[in-house]
Amino acid sequence: MTEKLLEIKDLSVIYKTDEETVYAVNDLNLTLNKGETLGLVGETGAGKTTTALSIMRLLPDRTGRITRGCITLGDLDITRASEADMRLIRGNGISMVFQDPMTSLNPILTVGEQIAEVLQLHRLDMSPEQKEKRVDEILEMVGLPADRKHEYPHQFSGGMKQRVVIAIALACEPQLILADEPTTALDVTIQAQILKLMKELKQRLNTAMLFITHDLGVVAQICDRVAIMYAGEIIEIGTTDNIFEGKKHHPYTVGLFGSIPDMTKATRRLNPIEGLMPDPTAPLGGCKFHPRCPQCMEICKTAKPLNIIDGTHAIGCHLFAGGAGHDARINLESTGGAE
Amino acid sequence: MLRYIAKRILMMIPVILGISLIVFSIIELSPGDPVSLMLGDGASAQAVAELREQMGLNDNFFVRYARYIGHAVTGDFGISYRNKVQVVNEIASRFPTTLTLTFWGVAISVLIGIPVGVISAIRQYTFIDAASLFSALILTSMPAFWLGLLLILLFSLKLGLLPATGVATMQHFLMPSVTLAAASMATIIRMTRSTMLEVIRQDYIRTAKAKGASAFRIVYKHALRNALLPVVTVIGLNFGTQLGGAIVIESVFAMPGIGTLMVAAVRTKDTPIVMAAVLFVALLASITNLIVDVLYAYIDPRLKSQFVKK
Repeated sequence: MTEKLLEIKDLSVIYKTDEETVYAVNDLNLTLNKGETLGLVGETGAGKTTTALSIMRLLPDRTGRITRGCITLGDLDITRASEADMRLIRGNGISMVFQDPMTSLNPILTVGEQIAEVLQLHRLDMSPEQKEKRVDEILEMVGLPADRKHEYPHQFSGGMKQRVVIAIALACEPQLILADEPTTALDVTIQAQILKLMKELKQRLNTAMLFITHDLGVVAQICDRVAIMYAGEIIEIGTTDNIFEGKKHHPYTVGLFGSIPDMTKATRRLNPIEGLMPDPTAPLGGCKFHPRCPQCMEICKTAKPLNIIDGTHAIGCHLFAGGAGHDARINLESTGGAE
Repeated sequence: MLRYIAKRILMMIPVILGISLIVFSIIELSPGDPVSLMLGDGASAQAVAELREQMGLNDNFFVRYARYIGHAVTGDFGISYRNKVQVVNEIASRFPTTLTLTFWGVAISVLIGIPVGVISAIRQYTFIDAASLFSALILTSMPAFWLGLLLILLFSLKLGLLPATGVATMQHFLMPSVTLAAASMATIIRMTRSTMLEVIRQDYIRTAKAKGASAFRIVYKHALRNALLPVVTVIGLNFGTQLGGAIVIESVFAMPGIGTLMVAAVRTKDTPIVMAAVLFVALLASITNLIVDVLYAYIDPRLKSQFVKK
């Protein structure tokens, strides 16, 4: 379980247009072990999808650019690999499940053709019959009848389409799946089915997964470890236990949990984190969260916090530097958001 | 699908009838008398009256129209007023010229227009893109007759490479076909470019990239067919314009096609020829529209399912 699969070191990604430069990901560090599921959590615009697209090297050609850092998958340095090498990795070593199943399938090809395409691209040794068999097999695996492979995407419901997208991602049994909010576009009952399916398949195939979401409930169900992302940085990372049960947290994490409405209390208003994410075109000095942080100190405005590591749990916050205990102030239990 | 096609063919009948009525009325309302044109200025009033009676021109408009249609459905389109030949034979002898011309016109515009549009889209904002858009602009702005004359000047008079007039060999068709293709090629380039640009930004293209497909495969397998639907519509619509353009081009290159026949017939009020030529062109246009609609179904499975339900 502890063999390293994916390592991201000091990754910085920008989107550059004529008018402005957006600093989407800033010095991000992350490791993912074989067979592990890591949840990447953060609000819209935190850089979650950008991180995933960087791993696939699918950032928009004209604007997106990796400015610093490296990403390694096994022995391969993805940031420096040739385009031809990347084509061999995509769909084969790493595959991606996208957010919106309604638009991520090609409307003019049958779902069977779309699943078979990955095999055509990466399993050159398979005969056409073997490929057909594999398509049937994988459709059954994601819970769709194999005889529906001759149908087109518009003949399927949203949840079924997401199953097809998952089938495409799994067809070559990749080492790593990047799931970019795979359940966000689905309604809750379908969401539960898809999560259950992904969890089962992941265990069966021992695939590692980077699970991008902004839904903490989903994280608790599926992830081994969780990374909280804010303004292009990972501000807290730990095992699911560390994040959900631990005593020390980054103030942003506390805010995230605090904003989940409590089912047992009669609250009239939601409890959001005040303010907005900093403007990504004008990078902020010090801690990125300081303008919104209820516990902001002078040092937060000038110095970038270091990661304070405690076993499997790391927090990037000045509050915990020098071993000062702040447990009393940040009490997760009182926010009641751990379900 | 077959039922749909049969239904569409039946629906062509009222369209053709409507067109025939309109054309018949226009000829009726336009000034000039075919009989005096046939007999010349020196003819006596009596001779003119006799011939009118003989040709049935004194009958009521609707009687004559009904008689014309009655004969037409049996394949008898009458005899040309001017040179006394069977209209059917006249049309049949000129039909291959016009058909060859329009076929090559459409073929050239599609075979060049679509690839150029695709390249332009995937190389957006590069020199190639700018160059193809600029040529498209030039091509649309040039009237066909003028382009035709320029080509004759260059390739026939200056370089002596191609024949300026006639239809004897395939070489004779080269310049007219290119001239005919020009304007519609420009529309196809621009249309293909804009729909391709839209399609290559779709999520399913990203999915295809994430599968590890090459750029070429993404274009031909995933993007092109999705981008083709509006392009096919434009090609179908252009076909009508191109048939009209063929009339001008046949005149410029002195080709004995339906177009030149029609122009000559209108001048001499040769009603049977005008009627037959217009009906022929209308039929050709209707058939093209039908082909375009059937093509839709093959391009987009979502539309096919709509046809099947009917």
